[in-house]
Amino acid sequence: MTAASAATAAGSGSRAGRHGGALTGTGALIRFGLRRDRVRLPVWIAALLFGTVSSVSSFESQYTTAEDRASLAETLNGPAGLAMSGPEHYLGGDYGYGAMTGHQLLGFFGIMIGLMSVLTVVRHTRTEEETGRAELLRSHVVGRHAHLTAALTLAVAADLLLGLLLAGALAGTGLAGVTASGSLLYGAASAAIGVTFAAVAAVTAQITPFSRGASGLALAAIGAAYALRAVGDVGTGAFSWLSPIGWAQRTYVYVDDRWWPLLLNVALTAVCSAAAYGLSTRRDVGAGLRPPRPGRPSASAALTRPVGFALRLHRGVLTGFAAGALLFSLMYGSILGDAEELLEDNDTLRESVAALGGDIVESFASVIMSILAIVAASYVVMAALRPRAEESAGRAEPLLATGLSRVRWAGSHLVVALTGGTLIMLAAGLGFGLSGAASADDGDLVMKLTGASLAYAPALWVTGGVAVALFGWFPRASAAAWIVPAYAFVVVYLGELTDMPDALSNLSPIGHVPQVPAAGLEWTPLLVLTALAAALIACGLAGFRRRDLESK
Amino acid sequence: MTKASNAITVSGLVKTFGRTRALDGLDLEVRTGEVHGFLGPNGAGKSTTIRVLLGLLRADSGTARLLGGDPWSDAVELHRRLAYVPGDVELWPNLTGGEAIDLFARLRGGLDRRRRDDLLERFALDPGKKGRTYSKGNRQKVALVAALASHAELLLLDEPTAGLDPLMEVVFQDVVGEAKAAGKTVLLSSHILAQVEKLADRVSIIRLGRIVQSGTLGEMRHLTRTTIEAETKEPATGLDGLPGVHDLRADDGKVRFTVDGAHLDGAVRRLAGFGLTSLVSHPPTLEELMLRHYGDELDALEGDHRRAGAER
Repeated sequence: MTAASAATAAGSGSRAGRHGGALTGTGALIRFGLRRDRVRLPVWIAALLFGTVSSVSSFESQYTTAEDRASLAETLNGPAGLAMSGPEHYLGGDYGYGAMTGHQLLGFFGIMIGLMSVLTVVRHTRTEEETGRAELLRSHVVGRHAHLTAALTLAVAADLLLGLLLAGALAGTGLAGVTASGSLLYGAASAAIGVTFAAVAAVTAQITPFSRGASGLALAAIGAAYALRAVGDVGTGAFSWLSPIGWAQRTYVYVDDRWWPLLLNVALTAVCSAAAYGLSTRRDVGAGLRPPRPGRPSASAALTRPVGFALRLHRGVLTGFAAGALLFSLMYGSILGDAEELLEDNDTLRESVAALGGDIVESFASVIMSILAIVAASYVVMAALRPRAEESAGRAEPLLATGLSRVRWAGSHLVVALTGGTLIMLAAGLGFGLSGAASADDGDLVMKLTGASLAYAPALWVTGGVAVALFGWFPRASAAAWIVPAYAFVVVYLGELTDMPDALSNLSPIGHVPQVPAAGLEWTPLLVLTALAAALIACGLAGFRRRDLESK
Repeated sequence: MTKASNAITVSGLVKTFGRTRALDGLDLEVRTGEVHGFLGPNGAGKSTTIRVLLGLLRADSGTARLLGGDPWSDAVELHRRLAYVPGDVELWPNLTGGEAIDLFARLRGGLDRRRRDDLLERFALDPGKKGRTYSKGNRQKVALVAALASHAELLLLDEPTAGLDPLMEVVFQDVVGEAKAAGKTVLLSSHILAQVEKLADRVSIIRLGRIVQSGTLGEMRHLTRTTIEAETKEPATGLDGLPGVHDLRADDGKVRFTVDGAHLDGAVRRLAGFGLTSLVSHPPTLEELMLRHYGDELDALEGDHRRAGAER
């Protein structure tokens, strides 16, 4: 109620002009948002700040001499290295600590800052509408655009604060090459990525009536931006100019320190914000852009079977992920041919690839394959946690009061999650193989890469097993299953840049998958993973059978 | 009464959630073929009891038998023979109401197609609309149609009419009457006495996780005390001498009193003798009833609870 009365107070205050109205109450909503996010946002900001600063200081301890840095630069100057970090231009010169920061950290933490911005904007716009809370507030003296403006202000303020803190903290490290002016640009570039994706989320929040869909679309935009810059940095470069993350990286911070690419971020932010405000006036509160269409008055035969019903609930997300994975894999495949050319003038990489046993194309392919596996693993977690979402929404209760047993109900969602994840991986392998075969002019790659993708299936099943085990025994902590794909990403990312101890990378199920096609296929780890997955699933379902169903 | 003729037998049921004791030794008997009113204020434990009976929650102690089986271990078998309508119906946003009805019915083991269409018409529900476009009342109708068109022999209805308008409530009463005529057993929970009174053969009143009163409406006639407010031309006298009249207050040609259901007739006849100019009567609300009859007991009971809570 404090928010409502505060909104009233703000409304009766200063702005009573002719257009008055549309923004009335924004100030109160911003304060209300700060109050609600008083833990969430500081944790995000602190984690990103700490992560960046500690990564930068680790550069100093890991690459003490100029030779260390030169050899790192040479290692990274291959397709996999560039795809995971940033454009090649950073590697010119002596690749000092500043250049390393701009090259390796800006893109990675850019994803995280984008994530923070997207979740903040969607949480304060579409989630509020979906739950009906926005309707309640809008019935008070709150203007049409107040919610969107407050959400954007909140996200932008968080991005700018993080940018400032980053600039100060990086300049404060005093490392050679980490200049004060460069640090300011690094902070600005980070904030620019965040602000751009905040505006993108403002648009996606208008399109769909569901907050899950709104954040999904915006996160897909972040993924696309990262993939575009990866393709561009390995291949022709033109693709990087289509990506907000690519623009930030092309400031060549600490190397050239040019500010103008950030103007592209500002321009896209302006366009997206204008579109978001425009779209928001074309729809009703709580509704999407399209009016709901009437559906079938009775159920098809497939819908009334547990698996058919689960498939119906999952099909939107499943097709979205499959299409995305196919698209990304086609893009990555198209640069497989470039991989070989890049290798010709890089001795270090040629040696390390030779040590692994495959050729350059295959070693690059295995890194990309791990990334595609993480995308599929994210789907598996989302789908395997769907029963938990249904339970908290109160929709499991009436179903479980029918002749449907708990195990069949949870099992049907799990079947969709595990086969869906496997199909996504297969689609990714097929797309990667098809376009890779075309670009590298090697027809064998189609079968090789499609087959290799299946080696990741057991790791996906383990991921699903972790989610089910948490759902069965610790339902309130079930979101912790997201740690699996998140950790796998860190392992793949850092593993590519630094020598990560095996013990650490083995904590991730994806780390246990043989690096096909670069390494040979070993069956033992795959069988062990499959057995582990089966054990986790059995344990999770047993836990779910024993516990109380949580009701709304 | 032997156990075999009981659809539901519960004794000494205890369920705690952390430090809250939601059910505190609850006993409940529902006979086969009856409509049983399950009355209590919000938070008394009605929904918790029903969820234990559905095997959705596991009781800490006590026994519960449902249709001759154990609600926890025989859940799936029992669910084929019963239908449940929750108080707060949540539907899938992108499934139509018709699809949801068929889904519930199919998972329960089939439904009567003609009955489904008949009920849709009587409840004036459009089955082609998506779940997210339904109001609370319409979501409730979806669950009601699914339950009432089923072949279930036991209906567990948890405040099923909370979102329905008065017209639909009449339809609901007719439909429950038909279910009873067809030999089905109904457990109907509510916090409104008048609603249950029209349908129920027997009533159990729950408060703080315990049954405080249980019996037929005839046995509980003394509970359904009617409040009368009347204005008469001449001052009404002698009312306090009548049997069943309580809490009499009279001033300036107006009288206000409560009277037991069985003695209503005598009291009204008496009033008529003084030249009635206006007469208002209303049945007691559940809260009034509980305060009037159990006020002292409840105070003591609540005190116990608080002490018990503090000790834990």
